[in-house]
Amino acid sequence: MNLVNWLYLSVLLFSIGAATVLVRRNAIIVFMGVELMLNATNLAFVTFARINGKVEGQVIALFVMLVAAAEVVVGLAIIFTIFRTRRSASVDDANLLKY
Amino acid sequence: MTLLSLGSGVVQASDELHVASQYQNAMGQIQNNAWLLVALPLLGAAVLLLGGRRTDRWGHWLAVALSWAAFVWGALLFFSLVGLEPEDRSRVVHLFDWVSAGSFKVDAGLLLDPLSVAFVLLVTFVGSLIHVYSVAYMEHDPDRRRFFAYLNLFVAAMLLLVLADSYLLLYVGWEGVGLASYLLIGFWNHNPTYAAAAKKAFIANRVGDVGLSLAIMGMFAAFGSVSFSDVLSSSEGASEGKLTFIGLMLLLGACGKSAQFPLQSWLGDAMAGPTPVSALIHAATMVTAGVYLVVRSGPIFEGAPNAQLCVVIVGAITLVYGAIVGCAKDDIKKALAASTMSQIGYMMLAAGLGPVGAAFAIFHLLTHGFFKAGMFLGAGSVMHGMNDSVDMRRYGRLSGAMKITWATFGLGWLAILGVPPFSGFWSKDKIIEAAFIGEGWRPWVFGSAALLGAGVTAFYMSRLFFMTFQGGSDNKRWPKDAHPHESPLLMTAPMMILAIGSAVLGLALGVSDGLVHWLEPVVGAHGEEEPVLPVAVLMTLTLALVALGVALAWRMYWQAKVPAVAPRGSLLTRAARRDLFQDDLNEALFMRPGQYLTRWLVYVDNRGVDGAVGGLAALVGGLGGRLRRVQTGLVRSYAASMLAGVVILLGGVLAVRI
Repeated sequence: MNLVNWLYLSVLLFSIGAATVLVRRNAIIVFMGVELMLNATNLAFVTFARINGKVEGQVIALFVMLVAAAEVVVGLAIIFTIFRTRRSASVDDANLLKY
Repeated sequence: MTLLSLGSGVVQASDELHVASQYQNAMGQIQNNAWLLVALPLLGAAVLLLGGRRTDRWGHWLAVALSWAAFVWGALLFFSLVGLEPEDRSRVVHLFDWVSAGSFKVDAGLLLDPLSVAFVLLVTFVGSLIHVYSVAYMEHDPDRRRFFAYLNLFVAAMLLLVLADSYLLLYVGWEGVGLASYLLIGFWNHNPTYAAAAKKAFIANRVGDVGLSLAIMGMFAAFGSVSFSDVLSSSEGASEGKLTFIGLMLLLGACGKSAQFPLQSWLGDAMAGPTPVSALIHAATMVTAGVYLVVRSGPIFEGAPNAQLCVVIVGAITLVYGAIVGCAKDDIKKALAASTMSQIGYMMLAAGLGPVGAAFAIFHLLTHGFFKAGMFLGAGSVMHGMNDSVDMRRYGRLSGAMKITWATFGLGWLAILGVPPFSGFWSKDKIIEAAFIGEGWRPWVFGSAALLGAGVTAFYMSRLFFMTFQGGSDNKRWPKDAHPHESPLLMTAPMMILAIGSAVLGLALGVSDGLVHWLEPVVGAHGEEEPVLPVAVLMTLTLALVALGVALAWRMYWQAKVPAVAPRGSLLTRAARRDLFQDDLNEALFMRPGQYLTRWLVYVDNRGVDGAVGGLAALVGGLGGRLRRVQTGLVRSYAASMLAGVVILLGGVLAVRI
């Protein structure tokens, strides 16, 4: 199987994730979009590592997973707090910082 | 017995030796402490200014005492120089290292030589007499103490000016007298006209001072030093171009300080100051500083014939100019001021002639210091008796009411006319003779100007004297409330002393060329040049012109009735009343364009510079206001812009790759 196909899959996943972030209002769904984008890049990293026969891409993929895990914790905590104070999980309502 | 007498002879000789060395020691001490001359009056000024009202009761006497103390020290200095051989009569007393920056070194020191000591004697003697006079003249002024503080300040600055051993230190004194002059002209500054006159004098002097400072910079550039000894000794080998520049700039400085053409307009207005000030600063001493500068810088002018010619031209123009203006003024002080200008023109002319005339310039300066100061004090005495009126058309026949003033003024009048044997005859006739020395067209032009000036001087001074003191019984044009009376002794005594000086000083200094020989080590000896006309012819011509001038004035202002209100007069009279349009010329040439320039600059500043700065701020502010809209608070729009940015970047990278 051609390794480039994995890259096509990665682009597809990234696009779906980006579209999700852009069009959905629910913070949880947006967050899922972000995760999808992260994993799409991970896929690209790993694929490139295979293509070039080098290990760095895999290492970076591991790092991204690690950071994503931490990010999920912090992000969910923020979303939870916003929901508790504003009674809404919509990202459009969280606009107080503009002032 | 013989042994005994021999022994006593030895003792006597050693005693004499001892006395001689003691004498030399004392003279050396006097010279070493010459700084006291400047310090004493400066101390007086400081005490009076810092002491404030507490010194009101005795302050003026302190000032008088310190001024006389300076005179005594000056006289001692004079005697310490007299005892020396003529070529040893020049000594620099080092005071302290003043400026020491890299290769530029200036030491503050005092130069004691025949020229500076002659000035010291004039300044301190006339100055002290005027101090005494002012005690009575300013008696009813609430600010008399301040007046005396300024007078002392002036004396200190003037002494520093003439004693300085470098151009830079001279410049300090030069500015000091300018400051004192400004403060004293504007002494009654609650009167806006007087305050304006003070500012005018100050600004006109600034123009000259720029010239002097440029000359000093030029000296440093050309010779690497600004001390008299270095500059004057190295000027012999210097190029003519450099010397011409320095000479012309020195002349500009001299013109400002000495009210010479074209910077003469301030002197007439300077008469706004109290009369003793006019006598001391604007007649006897400060205004002659320019002549001192030119004479002191003699070697520079020797090496720059063009600059020297300019000095003579300036002197000739000013002496005729002052004489013409003097004929038309009805204000007694302004007429005297015009006369001062004209007489300094004579000195300038003589100073520009080089060694032929320089000594006579100083000679005339000294005699003029006496007779003009005396006449100014006389004018002050007349004003004192006539309710401070200065209009000569309201005087007339005052000889009976003020006998002492009349007599002292009369002696001054005879002196300035150049009637033998009074002072002016000895000094002014010599200048006229010197002006006729030379080759080509110069002696004829400058000599004629000097000769003509003598005649006009006789006319306007006689006009002034007759209008004030003489006339028939119908010429008492006094205002109704005037009760002319003689002034107190404190005022008349200085006038009498100055009048005696006006009468005999010329004779004393001139009959055996005493002053000329005294000044020879400084200004150089003049050879045996003969004027283009025989001396006897010149003297006869001068005296004839003087007699003509007096006769004309006698006819017009003694015999005829003088109108109490000035008639319209001829075109020349009207022009002379307005100082030959000097002020109008200055206003048209310098003031108006200057005002336009400042207005234009203000416009450029407001609209151009401020506009650019304000516009930039408005632009940034406006841009910020627009950009603020981008911050919507919508997370998704931020995400969209991030995505768009990434896409654009990637697109850019791709485009570059392919």
